[in-house]
Amino acid sequence: MHTNDKSGIIDSMSDDVSQSESTEADVVGEPGLALARSQAKLAEMAGQHGDSPQSGRRVVFGLEDVSVSYSGMVAIRDVAFDIHENLATAFIGPSGCGKTTLLRSMNRMNDLIQGAEVAGRITYHGQDLFGAGVDAVEVRRRIGMVFQRPNPFPKSIYDNVAFGLRIHGMKDNLSDRVEQALRHAALWDEVKDRLKHSALSLSGGQQQRLCIARALAIEPDVILMDEPASALDPVATLAIEDLVGVLKNDYTIVIVTHNMQQAARVADMTAFFSVDADEKTGNRSGVLVESGPTSDLFIRPSDPRTEAYVTGRFG
Amino acid sequence: MLVLALVMVLLVWNVVDQARPSISEFGVGFLTGTEWNAVTDKFGALDLICGTLATSLIALLIAVPIAIAIALFLTELAPAVLRTPVGMLVELLAAIPSVVLGLWGIVVMGPFLNDHVEPWMISHLGFIPFLDGYPSPVGLLPACLILTIMIVPIVASISRELLSSVPSDLKAGAMALGATRWEMVRRVALPQVGAGLVAGTMLGFARAVGEAIAVTQVIGGSLVRPQNLYAPADTMAGRLAAQYSGAATALQKASLAYLAVILLVISLITNLIANLIVRRMRRRLGTP
Ligand SMILES: Nc1ncnc2c1ncn2[C@@H]1O[C@H](COP(=O)(O)OP(=O)(O)OP(=O)(O)O)[C@@H](O)[C@H]1O
Ligand SMILES: [Mg+2]
Repeated sequence: MHTNDKSGIIDSMSDDVSQSESTEADVVGEPGLALARSQAKLAEMAGQHGDSPQSGRRVVFGLEDVSVSYSGMVAIRDVAFDIHENLATAFIGPSGCGKTTLLRSMNRMNDLIQGAEVAGRITYHGQDLFGAGVDAVEVRRRIGMVFQRPNPFPKSIYDNVAFGLRIHGMKDNLSDRVEQALRHAALWDEVKDRLKHSALSLSGGQQQRLCIARALAIEPDVILMDEPASALDPVATLAIEDLVGVLKNDYTIVIVTHNMQQAARVADMTAFFSVDADEKTGNRSGVLVESGPTSDLFIRPSDPRTEAYVTGRFG
Repeated sequence: MLVLALVMVLLVWNVVDQARPSISEFGVGFLTGTEWNAVTDKFGALDLICGTLATSLIALLIAVPIAIAIALFLTELAPAVLRTPVGMLVELLAAIPSVVLGLWGIVVMGPFLNDHVEPWMISHLGFIPFLDGYPSPVGLLPACLILTIMIVPIVASISRELLSSVPSDLKAGAMALGATRWEMVRRVALPQVGAGLVAGTMLGFARAVGEAIAVTQVIGGSLVRPQNLYAPADTMAGRLAAQYSGAATALQKASLAYLAVILLVISLITNLIANLIVRRMRRRLGTP
């Protein structure tokens, strides 16, 4: 399997963090700001004709006619598109359209659900993710995941970040690695004096960034985020979004979101899903409506369903 | 609440009162005395205390790993269709009256151990002290195993409940970091419920210490100290149940009550230790 050389990433990190420092202060006390930011971002994107964000980038995931079912019930079907390196790709769409289901197939977390089955092909750097001889545990080590609700272990902050490192025998310079991961997740300054405290003593937003740090510590290649900010307040949400903007320089990011504005703010590429009833059987399942550069989807949607969804929620 | 406390105090006081003649006759020497003789009216509890501790601890040693393995199998590995029936089977085991289990011990298990297991153990493990000797259909070993059978369902069902209470997003969090299922169990699930497991184990211990009937049926009720794991022996609860109604002298009756006092103290200490451990583990884990 493909391995990324991550050396040098950490050194450049502190600069990234300081760049984004000002944003959190801007946000406080400005309720309309998030909206203003996403609209400004869209306007900016709309102005950039010519090169699409994905051009010249390597394909990390190739989805080819992917359908996922639970005990025979199809949850999402016939999905085909590519996810590119060092971009943030958003999955948007109404509840129940299979965003989480698709995301969980991409690091084989679905293997853990009885009855879950993936048809079609998902490639990861050209290799069939479900091919014979592919170790699901190794897949999950390379393709990290952040969940909808922060789920830190009931251990110390330090032990949370060190968890994956210990499992994978990355025990040399353990404290350095922990520190680097926490810095990378823009959490270091807030927790550096209480690493031995329980992770449960952190706020929700801090807990979520801890979960991101925990995922970053084992040096993954991709980070899958399932509505990482949906349980957080607006300020913590923007902190996560800023983080995504920084992290995509070093990682490939897939982020599920219900929030149109969030997709507009953070994602270079967007895939829009919807729920469709099968003409013959009447069974409802998720389908991919369209995917492409975020600006195209929001400003020049090619499918009326996308337009309806985007304008209904966004205009 | 108050009534319960009152009943407890009365009960303890009553037992101590009955034991008083023996307490004033033998004092703490009762704990180290090895004689139990109704003819000379000399009584000591050391062998019985050892018998109780040995059977209970050995049973615990065998039962706890089995029980946790069953619980892990049921919560992590077993396909959904197996979970309910196997779980019910384990609970059913706990519902067998101990006297019935003891009867099975006399009729089936004792002879089987005597004919097949003990000869093998003697020839293969005989070099270990206490494991050499002669096979016997009644003795320490069958008592340990009967107690094991009684403890397993208790500890298993507590462990199962605890393990299935581990939040699934914690488990998923560990798996998503590339943990194997076993690593997830060892580093997330078991530490999460560690305190509860200790408490469950203590409950099993208390059950083993207090069990009288089934033990009496298979242990052989020997008045002499066992020289090996196969020989007949006795426990405090077993002796108490077997001799009380037929006690020859008042001092013997009082000495049996003295045994009851010791049993009470042991279960009190067990509970106290369990509570302490649970509290310390909780504090370490930061869970309320
Ligand atoms: N573990 C499961 N077992 C059976 N069916 C499931 C399971 N998880 C999801 N489903 C079904 O699959 C479909 C898609 O669910 P999924 O959670 O992927 O949707 P989603 O797009 O993530 O929705 P939301 O935005 O509400 O999170 C739903 O119909 C759901 O009922
Ligand atoms: Mg979802």
